[in-house]
Amino acid sequence: MQIILDIQHVSKTYLSAGRSLTVLEDINFSVEVGATLSIVGPSGSGKTTLLGLAAGLDRSSSGSVELNGIKLDDLDEDQRAQVRNHHVGFIFQNFQLLPTLTALENVMVPLELRGKKNIKPGAMDLLQKVGLADRGHHYPAQLSGGEQQRVSMARAFSTRPQILFADEPTGNLDAETSGNIIELMFNLNNEAGTTLILVTHDFELANKTGRIIKLKGGKIISDEGTKEIKI
Amino acid sequence: MNDPRSLNFPWLLKMAWRDSRRNRSRLILFVSSIILGIAAMVAIYSLGDNMRQALDKEAAALLGADLEISSNKQVSAGIRKLADSLGGSRSEEHSFTSMIYFKKDSGTRLVQVRALSGEFPYYGNLETIPANAGRLFRKGQQALVDQTLMLQYDAEVGDSVKVGNSAFVIAGRLISAPGQTGLSSTLAPIVYIPLQYLEQTGLSQKGSRINYTFYFRFERPQNMDDLIKKIGPQLEAEGLNYDTVESQKEDTSRSLEDLTEFLALISFIALLLGCIGVASAIHVYVREKISAIAILRCLGAKSSQAFLIYLLQIVLIGLVGSVIGAIAGTILQQLLPLVLKDFLPVAITTGLSWKAIGQGILLGVVISFLFALLPLITIRNISPLNTLRLAFQPRRMFKDPVKWLVYAAILLFIFGFSYGQLNSWQQAVFFSLGLIIAFVILAAISALLMWAVRRFFPWSWSYLWRQGLANLFRPNNQTTILIVAIGLGTAFICTIFSIRSILLNRVNLSASGNTSNTVLFDIQPAQKDKLLALAKQQGLPVHGMVPIVNMRLEQVNNITAETLQKDSTLNIRKWVFSREYRVTFRDTLTASEKITKGKWTGRVAGPSHTVFISLEEPFAKRNDIDIGDTMTFNVQGVIIPTIVGSFRAVDFNRIETNFLVVFPIGVLEDAPQFHVLLTRIDDKEASARFQQLVVRQFPNVSIIDLSLVLSVLNNLMEKIGFVIRFMAGFSMVTGLVVLIASVLISKYQRIRESVILRTLGASRKQIYYITALEFFFLGALAATTGIILSLGISSLLATFVFKTAFTPQWLSMFAVLIAICMLTVLIGIINSRTVVRRPPLEILREEV
Repeated sequence: MQIILDIQHVSKTYLSAGRSLTVLEDINFSVEVGATLSIVGPSGSGKTTLLGLAAGLDRSSSGSVELNGIKLDDLDEDQRAQVRNHHVGFIFQNFQLLPTLTALENVMVPLELRGKKNIKPGAMDLLQKVGLADRGHHYPAQLSGGEQQRVSMARAFSTRPQILFADEPTGNLDAETSGNIIELMFNLNNEAGTTLILVTHDFELANKTGRIIKLKGGKIISDEGTKEIKI
Repeated sequence: MNDPRSLNFPWLLKMAWRDSRRNRSRLILFVSSIILGIAAMVAIYSLGDNMRQALDKEAAALLGADLEISSNKQVSAGIRKLADSLGGSRSEEHSFTSMIYFKKDSGTRLVQVRALSGEFPYYGNLETIPANAGRLFRKGQQALVDQTLMLQYDAEVGDSVKVGNSAFVIAGRLISAPGQTGLSSTLAPIVYIPLQYLEQTGLSQKGSRINYTFYFRFERPQNMDDLIKKIGPQLEAEGLNYDTVESQKEDTSRSLEDLTEFLALISFIALLLGCIGVASAIHVYVREKISAIAILRCLGAKSSQAFLIYLLQIVLIGLVGSVIGAIAGTILQQLLPLVLKDFLPVAITTGLSWKAIGQGILLGVVISFLFALLPLITIRNISPLNTLRLAFQPRRMFKDPVKWLVYAAILLFIFGFSYGQLNSWQQAVFFSLGLIIAFVILAAISALLMWAVRRFFPWSWSYLWRQGLANLFRPNNQTTILIVAIGLGTAFICTIFSIRSILLNRVNLSASGNTSNTVLFDIQPAQKDKLLALAKQQGLPVHGMVPIVNMRLEQVNNITAETLQKDSTLNIRKWVFSREYRVTFRDTLTASEKITKGKWTGRVAGPSHTVFISLEEPFAKRNDIDIGDTMTFNVQGVIIPTIVGSFRAVDFNRIETNFLVVFPIGVLEDAPQFHVLLTRIDDKEASARFQQLVVRQFPNVSIIDLSLVLSVLNNLMEKIGFVIRFMAGFSMVTGLVVLIASVLISKYQRIRESVILRTLGASRKQIYYITALEFFFLGALAATTGIILSLGISSLLATFVFKTAFTPQWLSMFAVLIAICMLTVLIGIINSRTVVRRPPLEILREEV
């Protein structure tokens, strides 16, 4: 199978109060196209940092990160932004919608950044898929948490990314809404054939992916496939 | 992105527009701080423009004639012949200072008497009440009297006023004469009389200091340049001045431009304050936008795109603010002619000036762009990682070279603008540096005060007081900028108070102790003894009876006015030869003089001996004259060669007769002369009684007393102070607008605090109390900062400019402090009402 994400000997060290703090140490793994993967671990284990490095939001201190054949370490900030726009979709714990844009405009933004025209019908289709066809002109503040996360998903899939990164996607939602959101996310993912990398505390959610990487103290302590994918 | 280099400008505009939708009222609030500055600039520029138009239209009325020729000595037969040959209509005016006596209430006052013949003014009018008095007064023994003077002395049309030996019936109140401003009538109120009655007043005797003026109106259009070329050399050779409509217009334009440039610079300070307010507000705005910017970066926006979205937003809103400011300025300019009425020689119609509007809008956009850049450039450093966790750490100011570039651009702009106004590198550097130093000092004082508050925090105070004080330090506070903005306005106002008091004190001091406070001048030799007897009879001390001889300078080291004109390398001012010197002779120095160089010679054996004179040192230095140089004077046709024997330092601050040139005894005793008597009258009534007696018995003698100097100075300061206070008001109000903006910007934070406090059981009253205290402390810190700066400026001015001691006006300053505290508390409370009055949760939902 083709590899979409290849992480080799990656470490990340921050300078904090004049002292260096190693958050990730010698991380190695790769992800195949279309695979689903969860990164789990206790708070402070480096999950979010690893997600940031894998998605090109930050640069590693050492090692290499290759996304869809592009070495992210060699790219400057703007080049990595272009990679994100073309290859990556994001879903965040706190939704991260632009508060001054309507739901529809939020979905359209990534394609507008590409300079695409006539994108409104496609964005409306996506909103319909997430069940918000009639809420396109509402601002994020006028939507519930679950609705905001649906808009966030529509936005993530709007560019048809090859890889989707989700950071605690249900962390701010109640149990019932969480279930619906997870179902929707996996459905959209299956439909688009997108690689999914999920960061979560929730082992139940992690078990729905094909593979789980456990982090502790900035190191991988296990990297196992799950028995079955239940959606 | 199709092209990674493309910025996709239309999308940037669209995003700027979209992003502004939920923030427009806040954005307008940010730029509201510059609206007033722009309004002031546009109003001043419009005034300048309208003034130029008015001067073009009314240029002839400024002079009242096509040509004016004037001299401070009787014109020669040759010049009269020349005047006759010019043709057209001609008027003649003899003007001089003299006492007048209001018969009705026995009041006396030093005025400028203008004895007029002919139909002057040929253009414009002598504006009078009644309107025809300007023409009618010439038909009999009548006078036109300055209207302020008439009000002061409770005189009415039809009353009598005595000028010299003659009484004149007041034909009308004089409101204005050609080229005259309210300010000039404050300094020397004018009284017109017909020239044919001058002789009988007895004021035009030989030796009287009279200015002779001819006004011409030519029936046929003349080429004035050709005429001036023809007659100019002869007039100059005889020491006469001349003015044409064009030259008068140029002179007036120059002074009015100086006035508008000065006012524009004051407005510019208000604008700069507003811009600092904008920069500070945008700083808070950007911090709130970190998350949105990080999301955009995460979705693939380049840092330059994120930066440009917000820059476009601010520049566009700056444009909106500038347009609003320009509209406000256009309305405001209707007021300016009223504010400046005492400084304007022509009536101004306040028309729309597109040029001024364009200048104001351009200035607003450029300046909001420059100042917005400072906080906006941090956007470049906002990492997409902020979507995962907030870790905004802006690059430190000193490490970001772009920030330095922006600072340099702002400094360059300030310098460029001031150069544009002042047209002098030196003055522009001085102004820019002064401004920056003032801002830095204000910021430093405010930092020091805030440090002191933290360092000596009053832990023993009650909770409400402590919370009110602690609120000044809340995150993203704008305390420093508010202190600077309000403090600068306070400093302006307090400095005006101080200068006024310094000047008045100086005049008062000059006559303190036993020194003279009343000067009588133009005393003829025959009147000398009688006046001394009158002073003695009134029980007044005579501090001096000083002889004065008028003379002109013919040569300095064999250099004449003619050689000076031909040789541009000579370091001698032209006026050295054209002015008339009032010289005294004595054998001793006065208390206000001391010899700085050379040897004082108090006496010579006779006119045939070498005459060693003494010069005031700065006068000699300005004109490259040294000890041993020769100076030849002309005393009413008699040539007197002299040698410079000594230099004197003269203290001009005293009410004394001080002279540039002093002759020794033994030379000028027989020259035509008049005398000056110095005395001291402590009692106001005694002074009025003495003045009435002098004016009745010696009508040609003029009197200046301390109360007159003080009242003229007071009036002058009132008029100048009003204009400066009006313009400084823009800075003050800008500070208050920044305050309102700041309160509204921090509204969300205030709501959160209010929610927490109310959850913990605080009553609405207690929250109001905390808010009021916060704004009281803010006002007090700002006013104190301004007062400290003002004290510094005033004491420097007192020491180095006015050379006198400075006594702070504590009471006025305290009143300013209280007024500012009340104003800030009022504004703070009004703008915080929604925070306190409405249910917190309801507001919180709105703010999300």
